[in-house]
Amino acid sequence: MGTPLYNTLSRARSHTAFVLSIAFTITILLLLGLVIGYIAFIGLKSLSLDFFTKLPTGDPHNPGGMFNALVGTTILIAIAGAVGIPIGMLTGIYLCEYSANSFLATPVRFVCDVLAGVPSIVVGILGYELLVVPLGHYNGWAGALALAFIMIPIVARTTEEMLRLVPQSYREASIALGATKAWTILKVVVPAASGSIVTGIMLAVARVAGETAPLLFTALGSRYLEKDPSHPFPSLTKQIYDYATGPYPELKRQAWAGILVLIAMIFTLNLTMRLVARSKHVAS
Amino acid sequence: MENSTSIDQTPRMPPIPPAAPEALRRAPLAQAPATGHDPSSAPVRAQPGMPPLPPQAATSQPPRLSPDQRAENERTAAVLKELPANTCTHPEIANEFALLQVSNFRLYYNRTAQALHGINMDIARGKVTAMIGPSGCGKSTLLRSMNRLNDLIDGVHIEGSMVFDGQDVYARNVDVIELRKRMGMVFQRSNPFPMSIFENVVYALRIDGEKNKAVLNEVCERSLRGAALWDEVKDRLHASAFGLSGGQQQRLCIARAIAADPQVLLMDEPCSALDPIATGKIEDLIYELRGKYTIIIVTHNMQQAARVSDYTAFMYIGRLMEYGPTNKLFLNPLLKQTEAYVTGRFG
Repeated sequence: MGTPLYNTLSRARSHTAFVLSIAFTITILLLLGLVIGYIAFIGLKSLSLDFFTKLPTGDPHNPGGMFNALVGTTILIAIAGAVGIPIGMLTGIYLCEYSANSFLATPVRFVCDVLAGVPSIVVGILGYELLVVPLGHYNGWAGALALAFIMIPIVARTTEEMLRLVPQSYREASIALGATKAWTILKVVVPAASGSIVTGIMLAVARVAGETAPLLFTALGSRYLEKDPSHPFPSLTKQIYDYATGPYPELKRQAWAGILVLIAMIFTLNLTMRLVARSKHVAS
Repeated sequence: MENSTSIDQTPRMPPIPPAAPEALRRAPLAQAPATGHDPSSAPVRAQPGMPPLPPQAATSQPPRLSPDQRAENERTAAVLKELPANTCTHPEIANEFALLQVSNFRLYYNRTAQALHGINMDIARGKVTAMIGPSGCGKSTLLRSMNRLNDLIDGVHIEGSMVFDGQDVYARNVDVIELRKRMGMVFQRSNPFPMSIFENVVYALRIDGEKNKAVLNEVCERSLRGAALWDEVKDRLHASAFGLSGGQQQRLCIARAIAADPQVLLMDEPCSALDPIATGKIEDLIYELRGKYTIIIVTHNMQQAARVSDYTAFMYIGRLMEYGPTNKLFLNPLLKQTEAYVTGRFG
């Protein structure tokens, strides 16, 4: 084993692995930089104060702004989060803390995994059948609930995985002090995992913020500043889709700006939530 | 109360693959266990770092008389055959008030794995009782049975009885929450919650919904003083508990346990993850807490058992072998196995 040839080969192999991993890392970073840089380069050109404050005019040569879409996406994400995050978290808590002997655990986990992989257009069709057809018109609720439906399995599985990482000794210590199981979960287990659960939730929010397909058949989109989700509802992604697929260069530029703003929104939201959720009491 | 060799007929258990160390197998069967002893049951108190107590240090080796040589031979044979064995309980135990009475207690982790075989043990109120024995002998399992922490493990099945302060711990109508509040527990690894030092200490009060700031502050200070930690943390009560050193964290856990004003403190190898100085502080603390609380401490460190405890229980493969005053158990054990273990010949 210790022959010079073997040593040379194994050294060469280890060098190769090192060089390759560095090379791939740089490639990925370059690609990411390219995408963001390109979007920023084109998007910034058509980004103006009007983009944030004005409504679409309908005139392809003087398109106005996307104020309605920004508000619409914010409201859609807020509703989707308000519905999806609690249900997802509670499912995750159930899976990790309560389902030990339950026949439900495996099916629920399996369904979550399958749902997390379902193409979002399928969720859109489902929302259309269940919430649009019975009401007779496209509406924001259907869009928000379709987004919530996408969030639930992601949040549930991340919550479960993160709670599993909380040391058993926390639970034992709390139970030994006379706490009930619910109290232990609420006061010790979930706070201990809060940082990583928030990260998981942010991933889910980022995912649905960028979804267009589920909104095509549900919220539809609107040119007006809509505040009532029971009407057709505007969203950034849908508006980007409409503008980008149209023939007008002015609108295409608006779409680029919209993409840039969307990325910036997700990035900011992510960063703020992380800062807020950063626990003061992190185990060393 | 039991005689020095109580007879109890526990049903025969299915044999488990033998794990008896060679040293025990080779240990001669009972020759002549000692009965001569010092009636004062004051614990042997030594400073950390002092060499282990040599068994020969007894003033004069009393003549070794066997009270019942045949019984001991049978016990040794039974253990080697993986059968339940009778506990050799020293008569001094009978003079104490038994706060916790364990009788014929058996615990199974599942249908085939029996962890405890017919334990009979009376825990003396206000005293420090140490449980020693080789790894896997069931010390921790027995300790965790006392506050029903084993309930958290699936498939645990229990037989026999455990009576705490006149109340059956495993009775159907027992309030487990209330029971656990009366038994504080300190774990092998310090496990402060991800909260401030203050919130860690008053955790038990928060469970009860205590909101009065004055009460919380008072309990916090009293508990931290009780755990000899107050002076070190009084200026940073609202800082994270994770900023403390390992030894401080363990004392914080003790403070957290005594904040609920329990009757019993269960300690599961509280010093096994600590350096000698931190260990010394915890031992001093245990010494100060004796009398106020009934302390049951599981330890792998026999010198520690000798230093801090009034009574010592020697356990071996799920049986309580010998149980008596610490100095007697260490200096004049009745059983050959005990002597072999405390002198470091096996285990």
